[in-house]
Amino acid sequence: MAQKYRVTYIEADGKPHTIEVAEGWSLMEGAVKHLVPGIDADCGGACACATCQVYVAPDWADKLPPKSDMEETMLDFAPDVKPTSRLSCQIRMTAELDGIVLHLPKSQH
Amino acid sequence: MSSFASMSENIVIIGAGQAAAQAVQSLRAEGFDGPITLVGDEAYPPYQRPPLSKAYLLGTFERPRLFLKADSYYAEAGCDLLLNTSATAIHRAERSVELADGRRLPYDKLLLTTGARVRRLACPGADLPGIHYLKTIADVDGLQAVFQPGKRIAIVGGGYIGLEVAAVGAKRGLDVTVFEAMDRLMARAVSPGISAFYQAEHEKAGVKLRLRTGVEAFGGDGKVEWVKAGGETYPADIVLVGIGVIPCDELARQAGLGCEDGIVVDQNARTGDLHIWSAGDCTRHVGREGHAIRLECVQNAIDQAKHAALAMTGKPKTYSEVPWFWSDQYDLKLQIAGLARPGDTLVQRGDPAARKFAVFHLRDGKMAAVEAVNAAPEYLIGKKLIAEGKPVDAAKLADTSIPMKTLG
Repeated sequence: MAQKYRVTYIEADGKPHTIEVAEGWSLMEGAVKHLVPGIDADCGGACACATCQVYVAPDWADKLPPKSDMEETMLDFAPDVKPTSRLSCQIRMTAELDGIVLHLPKSQH
Repeated sequence: MSSFASMSENIVIIGAGQAAAQAVQSLRAEGFDGPITLVGDEAYPPYQRPPLSKAYLLGTFERPRLFLKADSYYAEAGCDLLLNTSATAIHRAERSVELADGRRLPYDKLLLTTGARVRRLACPGADLPGIHYLKTIADVDGLQAVFQPGKRIAIVGGGYIGLEVAAVGAKRGLDVTVFEAMDRLMARAVSPGISAFYQAEHEKAGVKLRLRTGVEAFGGDGKVEWVKAGGETYPADIVLVGIGVIPCDELARQAGLGCEDGIVVDQNARTGDLHIWSAGDCTRHVGREGHAIRLECVQNAIDQAKHAALAMTGKPKTYSEVPWFWSDQYDLKLQIAGLARPGDTLVQRGDPAARKFAVFHLRDGKMAAVEAVNAAPEYLIGKKLIAEGKPVDAAKLADTSIPMKTLG
């Protein structure tokens, strides 16, 4: 089994959910496979729907790989986009991200 | 049964695919707190089927990632999973479902998410070993075992499944031939320009395409070794058949529920029985354009299941979402929204030679459908315009100097 690391998803109303996500999986997959509401990911992670937006605090954002052109393009179509917005289907879990905190938008649509 | 039905209501779901997983999630999100039992005839809890013919077959997407929910999810959600179990009858008068082992599961509300099964070929030799279909994890595991570089694979059907497997096969170094009875690829799903573009892409990748060529027979000594098509014989080590699916509506039909090539449901995903709903590939419903349609896609599984959950919890809402589809072949992402019809006015945006373009389908001056290749903005705005139903400007849509985002 792959190593697992902790991720905390915080709903728009402040409710936190801490779960374990296997190395190599996307942060979107971690949320949808558990009872974390607020990430829809309708397309299953194909970077094709922009319904898995999260906000990443700057100290964690520095540890993430830069956005691809595809992610930039898709984010343009998500609601309530901020400078800290990312699509969680495009971020893979690594040891360096152990303990990462992600804030969820009010709605993905 | 308790006489306090509203307090002890239970829900049984038959069929453990994408719609079922969504229904469990939505029923809980909508506040249903009674017992849920999910019955599935495969060995696995609900999983994503789209990756099966793509990354999972290629080997870049491992099995645990297919599952829609974590193993612990169902227990946490208070959902009893009965896997490797098929339902054999619905007893509507006593409101119970009979299982293959004779057990009867009583229900207050029943949701049928039985999906679809592959259409099988019936020509001579069609039951020879080495002829594969692709619908389940078990199907792909069987195909993967023989899916090796240098092997000759004959693919019957130039639709999504056949072409996705062709793309993976070409990438993996198999010798790929696709047989398609129609005169173009994905003829049921896309417009002629998109077909022509994909035909060129497959040929560039070394895939041999035999259009207007129906398969007549298979033969071989103990396993498939050749395919006879269009009067010619082609040697083959592996055959993959992808010629569409048939809705699994037998259970509903035997129970006397209305079925017309799919379980007939209303716009709240309910069947003719006040206690039975149905969602996903197995259903036929009146779409947003007023025609009875059967959709085979993730979108319908998700959205119809959400609407079933709303109706089952007493909050019915009309289902009128825009259908959407996608296909991954090579590095090409095809995204489609809406349902095209013959007679639509086609507007192209972008250049196919750049491998990034879209075809908009206009009907009565409004956006009816969009087909986008590596063109997510065109897809997303197109889908929004379909939902809004406002008049659109064809000249502007075709003009790539106008940013797509400003057109929605």
